[in-house]
Amino acid sequence: MEKNQSTALIFELSRSGRRCARLPVSDVPDAVVTIPQRFMADAPPALPELGELDVVRHFVNLSTKNMSIDTNFYPLGSCTMKYNPKRHERLAALAGLADVHPLQDDETCQGILGLLYEMQSYLAEIAGLHGVSLQPAAGAQGELTALLVASAYFKDKGQKRTRVLIPDSAHGTNPASAAIAGFDAVQIKSQGGYVDLEDLKAKLDDRTAVFMITNPNTLGLFEKQIATITKLVHEAGGLVYLDGANMNAILGITRPGDFGADMMHYNVHKTFTGPHGAGGPGSGPIAVRDMLIPYLPSPLVVRQGDRYTLDEDRPQSIGRVRSFFGNVGILIRGYCYIRTLGPSGLREVSDQAVLNANYLLSRLKDQFEVPQGDRCMHEFVASCRTLRREKNISAMEIAKRLLDFGYHAPTVYFPLVVPEALMIEPTETENKETLDAFADTLIKIKGEDAAFLKEAPHTLSRSRPDEVKAAKEPILRWKPA
Amino acid sequence: MSYVQNTAEQQAAMLASIGVDCIEALFAPIPSELRLKRLLDIPAAMSEIELTRHMTALASRNRNASDSVCFLGGGAYDHFIPAVVDAICSRSEYYTAYTPYQAEASQGSLQAFFEFQTLICQLTGMEVANASLYEGGTSVTEAVLMAAGVTGRHGRVIVAESVHPDYRSTLKTYLANLEPKVTEVPTPEGFANPDDIRKVLDDQTSCVVLQHPNFFGCLEEVEEVAKLCHAVGALLVVSFDPISLGILKKPGDYGADIAVAEGQGLGNPLNYGGPYLGLLACREAYVRKIPGRVVGQTTDRLGRRTYALTLQTREQHIRREKATSNICTNQGLMALKAAVHLTALGPSGLRETAHLCLNKAHYAVAQIETMTDMRRRFNRPFFKEFTLQSSVPVHSLLEHARDDGYLAGLALARWYEGLEDCFSVTVTEKRTRSEIDGLARSLQSAVRHGVRAVMA
Repeated sequence: MEKNQSTALIFELSRSGRRCARLPVSDVPDAVVTIPQRFMADAPPALPELGELDVVRHFVNLSTKNMSIDTNFYPLGSCTMKYNPKRHERLAALAGLADVHPLQDDETCQGILGLLYEMQSYLAEIAGLHGVSLQPAAGAQGELTALLVASAYFKDKGQKRTRVLIPDSAHGTNPASAAIAGFDAVQIKSQGGYVDLEDLKAKLDDRTAVFMITNPNTLGLFEKQIATITKLVHEAGGLVYLDGANMNAILGITRPGDFGADMMHYNVHKTFTGPHGAGGPGSGPIAVRDMLIPYLPSPLVVRQGDRYTLDEDRPQSIGRVRSFFGNVGILIRGYCYIRTLGPSGLREVSDQAVLNANYLLSRLKDQFEVPQGDRCMHEFVASCRTLRREKNISAMEIAKRLLDFGYHAPTVYFPLVVPEALMIEPTETENKETLDAFADTLIKIKGEDAAFLKEAPHTLSRSRPDEVKAAKEPILRWKPA
Repeated sequence: MSYVQNTAEQQAAMLASIGVDCIEALFAPIPSELRLKRLLDIPAAMSEIELTRHMTALASRNRNASDSVCFLGGGAYDHFIPAVVDAICSRSEYYTAYTPYQAEASQGSLQAFFEFQTLICQLTGMEVANASLYEGGTSVTEAVLMAAGVTGRHGRVIVAESVHPDYRSTLKTYLANLEPKVTEVPTPEGFANPDDIRKVLDDQTSCVVLQHPNFFGCLEEVEEVAKLCHAVGALLVVSFDPISLGILKKPGDYGADIAVAEGQGLGNPLNYGGPYLGLLACREAYVRKIPGRVVGQTTDRLGRRTYALTLQTREQHIRREKATSNICTNQGLMALKAAVHLTALGPSGLRETAHLCLNKAHYAVAQIETMTDMRRRFNRPFFKEFTLQSSVPVHSLLEHARDDGYLAGLALARWYEGLEDCFSVTVTEKRTRSEIDGLARSLQSAVRHGVRAVMA
């Protein structure tokens, strides 16, 4: 079939006078009191003008230029690209949920407040912690919120603690969040894929406010020494923060609170399968130990008898981290997921996520270097270091060539501690046939000619955008010719 | 039920390939004393039929903008969403994709974000826009942090009290441990008087933050304040209402340096507060200080026009603690909705929407003032939202209207001392004359009822 639909921009498709949406004729008189001329525009913004069919055809055809979970295996490490159940979309769109205004009286939204109250309690139970704020809009905001909570806690205790310790394998958001929370970020070395205990001991002191740890870590390994680590941090008077990006590996198996974390965030869009929306919305609730609850952002949902209310009267709270309650639409989807799975189903998620990752690892570990050994949790990190040295094939080449075979690429060049990293997370919802076909493809690609790979992908509509040019001479909007 | 597909036979084969007997063996690295030795204490699993019944029951316990007549605003609005927005954004190629790191496999979303950025520039008259932030409140905060970076001034930030209380609260939370200190300018007349701003503005001030139209619905003297700011080298940050720009002057035309907004009104349902999207647009000169995701146009190896994430050296995954922001995503799906929405409206649709809001809001005021003794609290020009002073307790007034089927307004007492007898009302293009008349009648009967109650 000839693809004759152009990829022109909507601005180039615009023709003066075309209309899509139409508004009703006004049924009220024109405003008698007009707004003073100094506030008024001469003309409306020069938005494009398209007919309805062209709007639809444009965006539908654009959508086919994406890979997505619904169309492709998407083993993007650390992002937990699992199936997004269709029932969630239908239920979250119910008018009694989607059309509720955030400033309605509590009396008029008992259903939604009850749901959010339950969600707080489920997330506390899964974390093994005591208090939950659903407010943060994404994981990175959850980190920042928790660090501000820690800061307020230490201030109240009269302690001046200025440092946040972060392993070198951590997500970049960890140090960025620490900086905004007013802390100095101090890097802790890794040793064989784990936190270097000696380096941690050397840097722990009475300046330490928080140690941020991702567990399982970004290499897909459970920190075996986690109990020792959290004990050391606590002995130094610090708090332990768990980056919950990898909760998919441990649901119902071990709980952050039980292994010594005092605070954590969830990525509801990862672990509890909110659709990722090509980059958002996320939702990053945090769970904390009891002594930190007073500092959580306001409001929290509380239950009084059989009524639910928003509690804003929380004098020690750090305040708000955003307007309104939170990314409720995503929390509703997470709630539906937890209710669909129940306790056994959640446990099965982690069982199967870990099984799938280890199976894929078993298929690939003799073909690719996997520096951190032959077992993993929910993901593993292969390295193309030798491949690059010997055959001039980099992780990027592998990633780009995978696209030709209909696979989204793994996460590449992260974590930073592994050279030429390919970070692979299959998730529990994929089947063995898919994993086998993916492994076969990776092995095939490895044997291909390096020069050919340098120009991959060969079959997509675009290949190897010039990123240097994009950054040097930024073109960030369309301009009329 | 966990959407798992592997059969028992496949699982056995997989375990054999791994070289272990059972899945449990894969969890050996977790010390047994740290293991949870019971099931999680959460409710039992539900089938889709049961879940649907449960969720429908929960939903039925919420009043909403579909079963009531909604006059609520305060930063979240019941605007019309054309069906094309939902139809397009329900394409799972969009909503089940992730951050477009692999440009070749994400040209759909990347081009849509590039179009979004352009639409926001067209809307605001600014030169650069990012691919969206979380929502309106954090957008103000990101703009303030950005203004400090642009001006190199880490002293004072001036914020009008007429800016959304949640936005101000968010800003203060973020600044808790940072250098800049917030000076709030009182707005007793419903807007920030430029004279009051002049008094606190100095050469250590990084920016002045206004909301226009503001939380009370009133218009601010943005042009005059822009001149004051520029005279001392400070930036003007304005939080705008995107729908208002169908008729009001654009931020770029009245001198705003950074324009931010809550973008919910562009195609996104109320959703009890989120997910929404933050808009951020600014002058070209600040492009390398802009927070969040940005999509740029470039060419691929065959010279074809191509879109890719760009200016990533500003971002946390490269710069870590030195990044311009800790933000790691945009609100991709919400930005797509906004882009489709603005395209569907076009210039005429946006202008008509804004006119309908303006005319209906003014009609509502006229009706209410005719039928009750309530009056507008502030004598300022307004767009679609206005503040009324009530002669009866606001809480019982709103409750009365609620019983008549109207989500009539927002009591301002929780946010503003001195406005305990006030509430704000929003009228969007969706409200009809008969709904507005109904609201006025409901308020009229509440006032009469209230008067009777006091006399008895």
